[in-house]
Formats: sequence, C-alpha cells, structure tokens
Amino acid sequence: MASKHKRVAYYPGCALEGTGHAYDRSTKALGKALDLDLVTLKNWNCCGAMEVKNVDPKLQTYLSARNLSIAEDMGFHTVMAPCNGCYHNLKKAEYDLANDEASRELNARLSTKAGHKTYQAGKVETIHALDWIKDAIGEDGLRARVKNGLKGLKVANYYGCMYTRPRHIFPEKDRGPESESTSKPHFMDDLLAAAGAENVEYPLKTACCGGAHTLSDSDTSTKLVLNLLTTAEACGADVIATECPTCHTGLEMHQKRAETVFGKKTTVKILYFTQLLGMALGLSARKVGVHENLSDSRGLLLERGLQ
Amino acid sequence: MATAVPARETPLDRLDAIVELSDSALTASAPAVADELLAIGEETLERWLVAHGRTPTDATVEGFRLLALHRSAARGDPSFNACRETCRELVYARNCIHATRTSHDAARRLRLAAMVARHLILFIDGKLEVAGLGEFCCSSRPLRLHEPVAAGGH
Repeated sequence: MASKHKRVAYYPGCALEGTGHAYDRSTKALGKALDLDLVTLKNWNCCGAMEVKNVDPKLQTYLSARNLSIAEDMGFHTVMAPCNGCYHNLKKAEYDLANDEASRELNARLSTKAGHKTYQAGKVETIHALDWIKDAIGEDGLRARVKNGLKGLKVANYYGCMYTRPRHIFPEKDRGPESESTSKPHFMDDLLAAAGAENVEYPLKTACCGGAHTLSDSDTSTKLVLNLLTTAEACGADVIATECPTCHTGLEMHQKRAETVFGKKTTVKILYFTQLLGMALGLSARKVGVHENLSDSRGLLLERGLQ
Repeated sequence: MATAVPARETPLDRLDAIVELSDSALTASAPAVADELLAIGEETLERWLVAHGRTPTDATVEGFRLLALHRSAARGDPSFNACRETCRELVYARNCIHATRTSHDAARRLRLAAMVARHLILFIDGKLEVAGLGEFCCSSRPLRLHEPVAAGGH
C-alpha cells in the first residue's frame, strides 16, 4: 500500500503555472525531499475548469479524459492533481465515463477526431496531493523525517468546498477512519500534526471561499473570505493551511481587499500545506516558494525558526 | 428560554450581538442562543426558497428542519451543496451546546457557531444577488454603483 504512490503522473493544471506557482514549486520540492517521483504529463491540457463546464459539461469530461488518456499512454495507473478544481474534474470525468453513455459517445468521437486513444473509465486513478503524501509516506514516515518541527504553530486547515463535493464522485472517501471524510476532512490535519503543528478546531474547513464570484462579484468573495479569516483567528490560528490554488489565492487577495475596501485587517497567515511540510522537513522558505505568496508570513516563520 | 441577545434588525446584526455578548451571558443562556443560531440558519434558507417561488418545508432530516430546508434548496442546484457542511456545522454546534449545557467552553462554541451562521448568510445572499433575486449587502451597494462610501461601513 505504502509504495503504490511512490511514482505517479503529475497533472499540475493551469493555476499551478500561474497564480498557484508556489504550490507547484513546493509540491515538487516536497516530493523530492521525500524521494517520491513525480512525472509531469506530456502535453496536458486544461481540465475544463469552471468555464468549459458551465458551457458544456460533456466537453469538460472529454478535456479531463484526454489528460487521463495521456497518463495511461505514459504507463501510469495514478495521476496526482494538487488543485481541487482539477482533482474534482478528473474524478467527475471518471464517474461520467463509467455511468453516462452520452459522455462516453462524445469522448470517443472527440478522441477519434483529435487522433488519440479514447480513455476508458477505470484505467487511471486520480488522487489529490493529500492522498499522495498520506499514502506514499504516511504520518509515521513524516514523523521520522521531520527536522524542523512545526511545534507551537497553530494551524486552521482549510479544504474548501470542492475537495469533497459531490460525494458520489469520491467512492474511496467515507470508508472508515483510515479514509478521508467528506463531512469533516482530516488528511491535511493528520499530516500537519505529524509534522508537529497544533491543529485548531476550525468549523469552516469546507465552507465556500467565493472563488467562483471573485471576478463577477468581488464584494461577495471578500465578505466570505473575511469571515473565513476572522473565524480562523477566533479559533486561535497563526496560519491557515490550504490545499487548493484557487482558495489560496482568494484568501490572499481578499485579505488585502478586505483591508483596503472595507477597512478590516486580519493578520492570520496563509500557506500551502506543502510549504509547511517542506519547511518541517528542513527545506528553506525560499525553496518552497514562500516569497511567491501574497501573504507575507516571513516574520512569523522567522520567529518560529522555519526560515 | 429567553436569551440575553438584544433585539436587532437584520440577522447579521443579531449575529454581531451574539459575538459581542460576555462569556457569562452566553453561558447562562447557551441552549437558547444555540437554538436561535439554528433559527437564523432556517430563516436564511427560507429566504432562498421563497425567492425562487418555492414553499419552505416544515419537514425534518435527522431531526432538524435546517437540514431538510438545505436538501430542498439543493434540489436541482448542485452548487448549493457548497453550504451543506456549513448547515451541518450549525447542527453540530447546537448538539454540543445542548449536550454540555453550561460547559466552560460554551461561550467560545457559540461565538464560532455565530461565525458559521454568518458564513451561511453571506453565501446564500451572495447567490441571491448573483441570481438577481436580492441585495447581498447594503453597505457594498455604493461600491458597485460607484457612490461615495460612508465612513464606518463594514
């Protein structure tokens, strides 16, 4: 079991090449530090994101299926997607191709037209970066490798609303204490606790960050994010740990916007869980891309000996 | 049981009043405040259903009307499930408060539950505004309409 995900195909998705670059950098650095082999998909394409899905959900299924087809062609049974949106869309494509004839027909037609193999459901498993570390290394493995523990760092783990929703596309979740929970996810909590962090009880860990409204109605997003931030502070958190580039960027941008537009200042820091784990393993803040974050956490990290 | 929460005009103002109460006031009427938070959640979902021309259900799911209202509201709108766990957190907080009553932790739990209820209101009012069915926040209106922002607006 533990060796199953030592070598996986890596699907970064568009966000990790743009605003979420620090997540890409820290994911790769963490994998290297843990001797895990990430092989980036060749010639990958957009997963269909929200934009394509809103116009034609079946076209989104095809776009995600093409990425799964590339993974299969490269000889992989597992593809790891760190972005919640990509993870969700690849899982949804898998579900639709297994259960919907119209999706299968469109996928076959477009694959043939594009000149590549038609992906068949069940060939490639999609996992999140949290599953990857949890399965390939586990809490005991992390504990054994920690050099620079996160002891004393109070963390609110924020998973966002796409990581567990809709439940039917995640058949591996809710299968007992060892599996991930869709109502109270805990994989990030488990991993960061193994690295020494003190997780706070955070009742909004799966609440919406307003990511979908961020351009069309920024005020809505700012209000939602401000509530996420103030609640984390009320829980005693120094840091909000994230595992999605859209949520992360939204929290950072709207933290600043809440201050400039609404005059509401919050001081909780925002870091990717891969950055926190990387620093716990002894990687420098720069190596895991902390300087690329909008949220300036350098003072806190210096204070905690994590620079 | 009467609560120590002062009467306020809007649900968000009521939540602010709960958050601002002293620990002793919150602890003294903890079960009633927890029920009030649940009621605020129900009112919020009722508003969404009524705005869509639907009749809010009086049924319960797992013993709670809030969960039945959520299930009803999410029918045909999968994105509405983004607030499913927020509703369940309110129920969880209410159950914890009723189980422990005057626990030393009651005030903290109630304040956090008030923030969860606030998130539900912000999420649903945001969706109402996007759907053109309501006003998300009167204080943000000047920003959208390029009017001068009043000092002290939130």
